[in-house]
Amino acid sequence: MSTKEAAPWESPTSGESSSRSLTICRAQREAVDWEMEHDERVFMMGEDVAGFGGVFGTADGLGDKFGSDRVIDMPISETGWIGMAAGAAMEGMRPIIELAYVDFIGVCYNAIVNHAAKTYFMSGGQFKVPMVLISGTGAGYSNAAQHSQCLHATLAHMPGLKVVSPTNAYDAKGMMHTAIRDDNFVVFLVHKGASGVGFMGPLVKTSLSDVPQEDYTVPFGKIKVYREGTDVTIAGVGLAVHQALQSADSLAKMGISAEVVDIRSLVPLDREGIIESVAKTGRLVVADEDYHSYGVSGEVIASVIERDATIFKAPPQRVCIPDVSIPFSRPLEYSILPLEERITSAALKTIENV
Amino acid sequence: MSLPTSIRRSMFETMVRSRFWDDRLTTQYWIDKTPVFAFGAGPLPGELHTSHGQEPVGAGVCAALSDEDMITTGHRPHHIAVARGVDLREMSAELFGKKAGLSGGRGGHMHLYDKRVNFSSSGIIAEGLGPAAGMAFARKMQKKSGVALSFLGDGAVNQGAFHEVMNIVGLHKLPFICVIEDNKWAVTTHKSMSTACERNSDRAENYGMTGEFVEGNDPELIYLATQRALERARSGEGGTILEIETVRLSGHFMGDPAGYITGEKSDYQVDPVPVYRARLIDDGILTEQEASDIERVIGAEVDEAITFALDADYPDANDALNCTFA
Ligand SMILES: Cc1ncc(C[n+]2csc(CCOP(=O)(O)OP(=O)(O)O)c2C)c(N)n1
Ligand SMILES: [Mg+2]
Repeated sequence: MSTKEAAPWESPTSGESSSRSLTICRAQREAVDWEMEHDERVFMMGEDVAGFGGVFGTADGLGDKFGSDRVIDMPISETGWIGMAAGAAMEGMRPIIELAYVDFIGVCYNAIVNHAAKTYFMSGGQFKVPMVLISGTGAGYSNAAQHSQCLHATLAHMPGLKVVSPTNAYDAKGMMHTAIRDDNFVVFLVHKGASGVGFMGPLVKTSLSDVPQEDYTVPFGKIKVYREGTDVTIAGVGLAVHQALQSADSLAKMGISAEVVDIRSLVPLDREGIIESVAKTGRLVVADEDYHSYGVSGEVIASVIERDATIFKAPPQRVCIPDVSIPFSRPLEYSILPLEERITSAALKTIENV
Repeated sequence: MSLPTSIRRSMFETMVRSRFWDDRLTTQYWIDKTPVFAFGAGPLPGELHTSHGQEPVGAGVCAALSDEDMITTGHRPHHIAVARGVDLREMSAELFGKKAGLSGGRGGHMHLYDKRVNFSSSGIIAEGLGPAAGMAFARKMQKKSGVALSFLGDGAVNQGAFHEVMNIVGLHKLPFICVIEDNKWAVTTHKSMSTACERNSDRAENYGMTGEFVEGNDPELIYLATQRALERARSGEGGTILEIETVRLSGHFMGDPAGYITGEKSDYQVDPVPVYRARLIDDGILTEQEASDIERVIGAEVDEAITFALDADYPDANDALNCTFA
């Protein structure tokens, strides 16, 4: 069994000493900064972005640097300004908009899915909608049912929008460059617990990485293998990837070699990459901090089975939020999150179930 | 026009209760959140939006209400909940995530529900308006009395739900009061940067409602304006947009030092609790001794509620799986 302790989130950097260790949030902001400097079509809109830099610091300093014509504070009118972003994109601009918590898509879902996402199709390709929606996901900090969701599937289910969720700083910067340069509508989700914002406590070490100063892109639709293994594939989204890494450590102590895969691009989804990993291990656990049913986890498993129903040595497992709203109280909340222990026991289930 | 002594005293008591509760919560909030700040740490986790400065709104409005009236409110609910008489022990237990809490620890600070006093709050901006209008609508269908009130901030008015619901309230002449707490700020955005008109109460006419603006963060003027709005609602004249000038003395939430609030303070931006205390003493409604007695008794009551919450048990982890369907 492989016990190789690869750490590929410390990704290849181009050049000598041009990189520094950054948080996701700072790294993604650097890409926004670079694109705004080099492309005057790019501008930013959202609540509290100009003076304050956004609740999660995604626009820190950009208001001062680019002025209130290009970093624009909006009223609490999400249907209005997300619709506006779509219109501005149709007229040749490249808006980046920030909706602090993804939970708030409830009030502006129509602008997102019926307009921004469908306009290119409905217009027969006449109107492109190149815009990026940045939003924070995730639970684990007692903020209860309306400020803790991931809603991966709620977005990824809809045709016409790309959905990505980087889990380390290197990917965050590269994927943000890719997102802004993409001619389509991209939803860019970062789990609050991994992003490095000031009010979420200690940094998640595995989310930090060396990030080059210069611009670079990380393509969508490619999984990232964080850690190679031979016995079981643990595919994760968002913070669950970091939990999966801890789980892989625990499993290694039991002599089990887990391969940890970051899905990182939900749409487009790297089905080939996931199948390749499962072909090697024969076992699959999907860890996703979204609700259990009708989710990305089921999609990943179905994608593998559709290709080859004989690939599994044991039934695949999902580690998600059971189909309940996210509770406030800590013991209640912790019991439903896809944390390390739950991922480890799911992995063990695939091993024992041979 | 002078209000009865008992009402003035009781509004003062309500303001003190709300303030003391927020002060105790603030102390608890910082436990285990330094030197590294994490929303999720300590005995009182999550975001916490206290009501420091806005106590007159809760006290003034709720003093005018009857038991049958209904309230929905938003992410800054404490002063309204306290004034409405939501059980202080159970509400404290809810904030600490305990089994004895209003919702067994499922809701927390932003999501407070107490059916006994027709009270609920929610954390999605302006989304309490529709449900409140629906409650008024239901009472009308049931031919029962009761006025619905929804509280929201000056920032929340810019949400589509406000404009949609106000129109429906006007159209159906619902027994409804929309209370706008105008503290001039929405997180770090000043009202002048987000709102195309100076007074949102001016919009009422176009929605077929009555608009009133109450200046000065004064519980007595708030009480009187609420009474007028209630009379209109009960007599079938329909809804009111009651915009109340108030002040957010704290940051948006705990951990926000509010460095963006600079410049001269206006009269209404002073702390309303000592102001009202001094006024009642000046007017001979309370003696200094009586005022301190009130503070001592309420202080003990609030301490007892916090102790109750701290000592209470956490729910069973498995309880997370209950309560999804009726
Ligand atoms: C739909 C929605 N958008 C954004 C937010 C984030 N948010 C929470 S409170 C707040 C500001 C509210 O300002 P205001 O309505 O004036 O109330 P105040 O905080 O001043 O009491 C914002 C933007 C939210 N909770 N819901
Ligand atoms: Mg406000």
